[in-house]
Amino acid sequence: MSLVLDKICKHVGNERHIDNISLQLEPGTFNVLLGRTLAGKTSLMRLMAGLDRPSSGRLLMKGKDLTGLPVRQRDVAMVYQQFINYPSMTVYKNIASPLKLAKVNKKELDRRVREVAEMLHIENLLDRLPVELSGGQQQRTAIARALVKDAELLLLDEPLVNLDYKLREELRIEMREIFKRRDAIVVYATTEPLEALTLGGNTAVMHAGQLEQFGPTVEVYQNPQSSRIAKAFSDPQINIVPARLVGGQLHIGTAASIPLAQHMHGLADGEYQVGMRANHLRLVQKSDEDLAFAAQVEIAEISGSETYIHLSNAEQSWTVQLPGIHSYPMGAAATIYINPSQLYLFTAQGQLAASTQTAARI
Amino acid sequence: MNKWNDNKAWFMVIPVFLVVAVSAILPLMTVVNYSLQDIFSPTQRIFVGTEWYRDALTDPRLQEAFGRQMLFSGLVLLIEIPLGILIALMMPKKGWGASLSLVLVALPLLIPWNVIGTIWIIFTRPDIGLFGAAINHLGLVFDHTASPLDAWITVMLMEVWHWTPLVVLLAYAGLQAIPEAYFHAAKIDGASSWATFRYIQLPKLRGVLTIAILLRFMDSFLIYAEPFVLTGGGPGNATTFLSIYLVKIAVGQFDLGPAAAFSIIYFLIILLISWLFYQVLLKAGTGEKS
Repeated sequence: MSLVLDKICKHVGNERHIDNISLQLEPGTFNVLLGRTLAGKTSLMRLMAGLDRPSSGRLLMKGKDLTGLPVRQRDVAMVYQQFINYPSMTVYKNIASPLKLAKVNKKELDRRVREVAEMLHIENLLDRLPVELSGGQQQRTAIARALVKDAELLLLDEPLVNLDYKLREELRIEMREIFKRRDAIVVYATTEPLEALTLGGNTAVMHAGQLEQFGPTVEVYQNPQSSRIAKAFSDPQINIVPARLVGGQLHIGTAASIPLAQHMHGLADGEYQVGMRANHLRLVQKSDEDLAFAAQVEIAEISGSETYIHLSNAEQSWTVQLPGIHSYPMGAAATIYINPSQLYLFTAQGQLAASTQTAARI
Repeated sequence: MNKWNDNKAWFMVIPVFLVVAVSAILPLMTVVNYSLQDIFSPTQRIFVGTEWYRDALTDPRLQEAFGRQMLFSGLVLLIEIPLGILIALMMPKKGWGASLSLVLVALPLLIPWNVIGTIWIIFTRPDIGLFGAAINHLGLVFDHTASPLDAWITVMLMEVWHWTPLVVLLAYAGLQAIPEAYFHAAKIDGASSWATFRYIQLPKLRGVLTIAILLRFMDSFLIYAEPFVLTGGGPGNATTFLSIYLVKIAVGQFDLGPAAAFSIIYFLIILLISWLFYQVLLKAGTGEKS
């Protein structure tokens, strides 16, 4: 009883917005669409909702072909990046509107509206108008309106993007709780890897209208099938360095060379790309095996309780993510260390050749 | 901390005060001055107090003109606002069609008012006018110089033709500013196109419609050129609206005192009605009781 996308394409003029996507989503699952702006997340959601018709391919719900069915006849709810509520209706009426259109009787309607409002902590705002609410409260109302419908398919298109940082964290955590108890297929689009990791469930990484990888979020994070996926699914971005494998020895740049780590055994000689997650890099040595790169500090950027240090040497730029607040003067010399067991290896074309076997620390 | 302890800020505001004083307040005060005196010649005048105001308020011809004016402005708003919204809703939203329809809609606004009068006089003439002659050939008698109703219809046609485009442009701009996601949300909710209009477009247009209603009210309340060009306020007094009557007193009879008192009353009426409109529109559709 799932939603199946079967070779869905969407062309607009000469542009391919969605390029041959096949995907199966199960009820009761939380699915994140992860990709940059213009990766096709919104286009795909619009196709799922039935707001647009695919140029080719089919869309099946519970085995029934929905491809040509207008939105009105589908069982779907959606939340947007903008806070969309009916401006002249109170919060109560806003939440009730989908039920009213579905001709739910008054008593049932009242019960459901109040239940959802309570779940989203807006039960004390029911008499207010959207203009009298803060951004977070407006989006809570919009989410409540989508939830109250109890639709089979619930689409959330970057719903937290326009909220400030604290509210975003708060609502993100609440959302995980709310959706845990649902039988609906939930699809959540975001540009932020951190959001995908926090929300859990499954993740589909999208790039340029194509589906790059789909699977349980942690698995996709730990085994990105290409360097492109690894880039999309790391924040700060993963460090990619060219390397060459010759006779069991991995040469990274000109400076470093190590024997093959365990997870790289059996790889053929040739050109590779090494991927190093910023949180795996350190500026202090931990073991003798550690790879070392000499570099200079360009800038140290403090983000929350972490510090991103941007470094470079003649060949390469790096980003190192350190817990805690550190200050490094510009131009200071530093050595970057990483344990070889944490290296990702991609082929020269960017396909995953070997991934770290250690559990990823998020 | 006192924000106002630096007097230099006044120098920034003084130019505006001067411009407003010279362009608006001084002329208005002159009118107030006239309205309290009986003026025989530039050197000969008598202070008469509120006599002209009492006269004006009890003048039956002025009361008639006021009633006519209210009816006219009411009809103008009732026709132009819905028609303007309707046309704006039907216009294409993007592409060359949008540019073309904008230009076509804006055309009447580009024509000077006296030319518009002349165009419509010729257009509606019963003997040679395309519209007038066509109607008369159909067997309906149409003559704006003889029939008060026909004169009204002609003035109304001019006004609607000339100024509905302004409402269209304002409403169109307002509609374009509504994020696409609202319409998707309505679609997903299963809302009909009427519901989409009633609960999304209309509330979102409230701001621009307030402006449109105020502008059209004030402007139509001051209508002068169209009836003046058409029949000079006739036939009889059928199209003698407030400003036509005012000009008759001020210029025709050179009764500056009564005309000034009349002007002040006229001004206060517009101010009062506009304020009422604004108060009502400010609260309309927000669920608050006005």
